Amino acid sequence: MQITANRSTCIGSGQCVFTDPDTFDQDDDGLVMVLRPAPASPDELAAAKEAVHICPSRSLALSGEAP
Amino acid sequence: MTTATFSMQRVDPYNPPAEHLRLQQEDSISQVPWANTGTIWAITKHADVRAVLGDARFSSDRTLPGHPMNSGYVTGSDLKQLIAMDPPEHTQHRLRVMGEFTVKKIAALRPRIEEIVEETIDAMLASGHEADLVEALSLPVPSMVIADLLGVPYEDHGFFQENSATFVDIDTPMEGRVAAMGALKAYVGELVASRVTSPGDDILSRQLAAGADPVELTGLGFLLLIAGHETTANMISLCVATLLDRPELLKQLRDDPSLMPGAVEELLRYFTIAEVGHQRLATADIEIDGTLIRAGEAVYAFANVANRDPEVFPEPNTIDFTRGARNHVAFGFGPHQCLGQNLARLELEIVLEAVVRRLPTLRLAVPFDEIPFKEHGPNYGVYKLPVAW
Repeated sequence: MQITANRSTCIGSGQCVFTDPDTFDQDDDGLVMVLRPAPASPDELAAAKEAVHICPSRSLALSGEAP
Repeated sequence: MTTATFSMQRVDPYNPPAEHLRLQQEDSISQVPWANTGTIWAITKHADVRAVLGDARFSSDRTLPGHPMNSGYVTGSDLKQLIAMDPPEHTQHRLRVMGEFTVKKIAALRPRIEEIVEETIDAMLASGHEADLVEALSLPVPSMVIADLLGVPYEDHGFFQENSATFVDIDTPMEGRVAAMGALKAYVGELVASRVTSPGDDILSRQLAAGADPVELTGLGFLLLIAGHETTANMISLCVATLLDRPELLKQLRDDPSLMPGAVEELLRYFTIAEVGHQRLATADIEIDGTLIRAGEAVYAFANVANRDPEVFPEPNTIDFTRGARNHVAFGFGPHQCLGQNLARLELEIVLEAVVRRLPTLRLAVPFDEIPFKEHGPNYGVYKLPVAW
């Protein structure tokens, strides 16, 4: 599966970083950066899914086949 | 003319208003009487609260006619604040400041916040064996943290803290509170002006360097002050009152300090103190869970009961530090979700850790049910918390 982030709607809440710091980071402006776009295990996928769900501006998405 | 309005009053200190809980169980999206709009849609389920707050067609622009937060006294001189903007204007304005509140930048404040908390507890202990915790700890800590962020010089901390406390003190007559607010606004304005000529290592200076307009920046500085002061103080007081009232919870934290982040998250969910920012005006016909809300209708997303939604939080009225309640909506949801939430979490974690460690004999000086709770809102908390040690 692939994680995509829409930086034009991101509000920099950092909840993805807070939830899954191995997958997400923020740049100096606070905007989301995806460090690991393809979760490689069920655990990584579960963490990424939680981050996608928690994102308050709905700027994250997961698509494609599960690992 | 009817003055009927939906009750926001809490009757049980540990639970949201009974009427909100009843609606969630019986009629989770329903129109209720509301003072300045006649009726308002009460949204009470977790998924529906997320749907409303996450959809910017439910507008936050309180200058719009019919907006439930439109006071009817729009003067034109008041600056529009972040909290009253919709995307894309909101996104552009938030982008200017959100780099100050990233998870990493906030985490880097830990040593300074720890220092503030230790000094505040030192002063409290030196003052005797009893205190009002609100005055001695809950209000001074967030006040000093914000003063630091804004770059308030040390010699002005007393003025800053005193006026911030007066501004939210119900025992002070309204004129006194308004005067304190005016003094703070004027002070932030002077601070901004001084940073134009002599920049420092603070938010105001960095915003000016990035091209911020000094008048707008004064508004933002004041917003940061009021948003992060009483709210955080309320949570500190409620958390400490709860730990003292329920020793089994206190013992859990004493035995295993690693529970603290989960405890903070759970207590944020449990108390969901901020209600005032969740009113919206529908700007389109939008269906929420099978109910059509029409353009022009007022909507109130009740985060307090959403955070007790049994479909999302099993046994919602139990405080469980291991619940993993990260998906609560205590900081709201959508583009307006609290800008300072990571700072609030860190302050709560540091304060509670220090209370547990440094105040082993702390106890309530009045019975729990005699604590004056802020039952009528707009934000939940306590007015005073008499404690002894």
